[in-house]
Amino acid sequence: MRPFEYARAGSTAEAVRQFAPGTMYLGGGTNLVDLMRLGVAEPERLVDVSRLPLDAVEEQGDRVRVGATVRNTDLAAHPLIRARYPMLARAVLTGASGQVRNVATVAGNLLQRTRCTYFQDVTRPCNKRRPGSGCPAIAGDHGNLAVLGTSDACVATHPSDMAVALAALDAQVHVTGPGGDRIIPMPGLHRLPGEEPERDTVLAPGDLITAVELPPPPPGASLYRKVRERASFAFALVSIAAALDVGRDGTVTSCRIALGGVAHAPWRAERAERALIGGPATGEAFLQAAEAELEQARPLPRNAYKVPLARNLIVATLEELAP
Amino acid sequence: MNRIEGRVKVTGLATYAAEYPAENVAYAYAVQAQIAKGRVKRVDAAAALELPGVLAVLSCEAAPRLPEDADPELALFQRREVAYRGQIVAAVVADTYEIARDAAAHVRVDYDADDHDVRLSGDHPGLYQPEVVNPNFPSDTDKGDVEAGLAAAATTVDVTYETPVLHNNPMEPHAALALWDTEGRLLVYDTAQGTSGSRDTIAKTLGLPPEQVRVVSRHVGGGFGSKGTTRPQAILAALASRMVGRPVKIALTRQQMFDVTGYRTPTIQRLRLGVDGDGRLTALEHLAYEQSSTLVEFAEQTATPTRVMYASPALRTGHRLVRLDVATPSWMRAPGECPGMYALESAMDELACAAGLDPVELRIRNEPETEPFSGVPFSSRNLVGCLREGAHRFGWRHRDPRPGVTREGEWLVGTGVAASTYPARRSPCQAVATMRDGDVLVQVAAADIGTGARTALTRIAANALGIAPERVHVELGDSDLPRAPVAGGSAGTASWGTAVVRACEELRRDGKEGRADTTDEVKADAELARHAFGAQFAEVRVSAVTGEVRVSRLLGVFAAGHIVDEKLARSQFLGGMTMGLGMALMEETLTDEEFGGFLHRDLAQYHVPACADAQHVEAVWLEEEDGELNPMGSKGIGEIGIVGTAAAIGNAVHHATGHRFRELPITPAKILTARF
Repeated sequence: MRPFEYARAGSTAEAVRQFAPGTMYLGGGTNLVDLMRLGVAEPERLVDVSRLPLDAVEEQGDRVRVGATVRNTDLAAHPLIRARYPMLARAVLTGASGQVRNVATVAGNLLQRTRCTYFQDVTRPCNKRRPGSGCPAIAGDHGNLAVLGTSDACVATHPSDMAVALAALDAQVHVTGPGGDRIIPMPGLHRLPGEEPERDTVLAPGDLITAVELPPPPPGASLYRKVRERASFAFALVSIAAALDVGRDGTVTSCRIALGGVAHAPWRAERAERALIGGPATGEAFLQAAEAELEQARPLPRNAYKVPLARNLIVATLEELAP
Repeated sequence: MNRIEGRVKVTGLATYAAEYPAENVAYAYAVQAQIAKGRVKRVDAAAALELPGVLAVLSCEAAPRLPEDADPELALFQRREVAYRGQIVAAVVADTYEIARDAAAHVRVDYDADDHDVRLSGDHPGLYQPEVVNPNFPSDTDKGDVEAGLAAAATTVDVTYETPVLHNNPMEPHAALALWDTEGRLLVYDTAQGTSGSRDTIAKTLGLPPEQVRVVSRHVGGGFGSKGTTRPQAILAALASRMVGRPVKIALTRQQMFDVTGYRTPTIQRLRLGVDGDGRLTALEHLAYEQSSTLVEFAEQTATPTRVMYASPALRTGHRLVRLDVATPSWMRAPGECPGMYALESAMDELACAAGLDPVELRIRNEPETEPFSGVPFSSRNLVGCLREGAHRFGWRHRDPRPGVTREGEWLVGTGVAASTYPARRSPCQAVATMRDGDVLVQVAAADIGTGARTALTRIAANALGIAPERVHVELGDSDLPRAPVAGGSAGTASWGTAVVRACEELRRDGKEGRADTTDEVKADAELARHAFGAQFAEVRVSAVTGEVRVSRLLGVFAAGHIVDEKLARSQFLGGMTMGLGMALMEETLTDEEFGGFLHRDLAQYHVPACADAQHVEAVWLEEEDGELNPMGSKGIGEIGIVGTAAAIGNAVHHATGHRFRELPITPAKILTARF
């Protein structure tokens, strides 16, 4: 762990002013501090934004604004979230452990890095960590890596559960930075690896997430379900955030599906959604929609199981949501 | 009894090796090989040495010379050869841990790399028959005619199982603090499962007389065997301390623990079994393929439980080893029995299915009169009692034997059974009991690695003396105390307890002091087969949607002699069974074939069971009287809990799904790939 400077920002404007090349913002530190110990992240300077006054969950008309430094535990427990966005509360609660959630922030959760084994080991190549060094995961260990939207440079997954629910909810990420303020709709915050796997998100240097805004929840019932090797405290093999509304005539009127554990970003299953809306809410339709989505999958030998897993999960979840 | 040190542990007052304060202490951090095989060409420490606070860099180019006959895993910096990726090739000593760790990244090591070979396979050209397997068993045994027995059988199975590299992963990292005094004596606070043996090993490695070394390990946060042999951190702390003339502390990172503190060898095991029309074995063969490093031959005794379990006129066991460019495997809870019984007990289940027999009944029908290979009588054996008691408690008779027929929504439900066994040994030990202000001080260099040994020995001493446990004070974890064997092989309580009882008996006679050395007593033990036995029953639920396996019930019934303390024993059994659950469903270290070394070197990637995975784990035992063991009448219980668990769960998964998974762990990936 190399020496670094530490500063605490009193306001978002001050945090952005303090940003310079080599600076990283520090939230709860549950991922960044690990990566610094491992030598994966080597910031010269940390600007601690965890105590900025961005820790409120507020009702704004029919929308809810979640501050960037709201702790994961507080988010999941908040009455507004539990009442209006149970899928989000459940997604957050499936992540990490109670201790980690007590410390981790909303913005930090969004910006956590992949847990690909090569990315976390500075003695091995990784295009995300050291661009151009190669991706040993493709021929090596990729058992829990991506099957959708991968590139020849990178097959990493984004590990967040919360982000999957936010993608399904059409959440909007509020960002401030040297270039001013802007709003990024989910799942657009995270990008696919392409030729630049070192870039996880569309954020520019110095950009600071200040809030996540939740539009009114989609109609109908919603669920978050996570598949993992052990019953708690494990990253998803595949997860799903889904909401479904079916009209009186039995046709799907609204559908949201987002998948986790399958891509470099929370994966909004737009093809499946399009295939379903206006059609019948039947098991057969759900299966066809899932297959339409997963046609794009590029599985590798040891993660090929994720394709039937995602398919089964989409079908089972929609069947559970259907009236 | 409640643990004597429970309060100091939960209040954070118990001092572990890395926590001892030392004036002017410095810190060491290891630099590890980044090739799997080759030679260190050059070590450039200049950049590291320039950093403020850096005191020294040790490597093959700058380190004290050690005796030639030192264990090559401990003889740090003596050779340029690299035997595996992750091997310690250099170390930085600095004023703070952070500086040492930062500087370690600045040590530049150049290598001449050779092609490496890290992959175990059943047809590896390097496979050979070791002369003996651990601790000192013949590699191969052969009785009767296996081929004829198979040919004559009504039903046969010929199946191969694989178990992965497993890591012990105790909660407390391996750590050491070394201090030299002005007379050249060395004190090491270490994370050792045995201080007497560790003292001898450290002395031998450093070329010192044993009396010049003292090892102290008052509290150890788990070991499971990985602290049963001296590990490099103790030697590194001692060498570094000698080099910089200050006390030196080291604590390995979790990732480093994966590299240099041992692991359970992966195994490939082929079993061939035959039964006649009455369900009696006609032949049983168990061949194990496993690995060791190029440095040390570590030959795990994987097939040896098959010499103990079932009557068969033809019985053959064997071990084949290949030396790869990997770290040396080491002890992990129930070495031999744990992976071996996974395979044997899975194969017995397959045989029961193939022969149309109930798997409990198949085991009972093949109960031997004497130990099957040796013919030696058992001191006691209650496997059948455990099977019957477990079957009764578990509701086995209500089981529909057909696989894949019970379903609750998306969840396929199945049950399975497997037997457990583990040797009941004891070793020579010394102890002293002294009257002190009306209380009794008991001293023995035993180790409490989280098992409750301190508490068990207190109870044993109180019983022997006929006084309340509150009046007994047990001192352990220090090589200056009377010599004692390691906390390992499930022999700790039996060995230490014998010496404690004898010392207490002597104290009662003497009135002031009692001293015991059990060497002669242990040597005089009659030739008998001494083993604990058990039966484990598992109920699993397998999601037809996701392939997730959840163990909804796990019951272990054990016969392990007299149970010294119920509360401590239950924890040991439950801990073993939970670890077996991890082995069945999630634990696996990947070997990196491209670069060598291991992958998944942290607890986010190497999954051990969380509380939520252990839903309903229950352990009970039969009270067993056996006068041929030790004064307590006890058999060791630290390991048997993990033996058979994985087979019981695997057999339950087969019963639930109708599919047999023969490679551990049984993950959703494997289930989805095979079945859905």
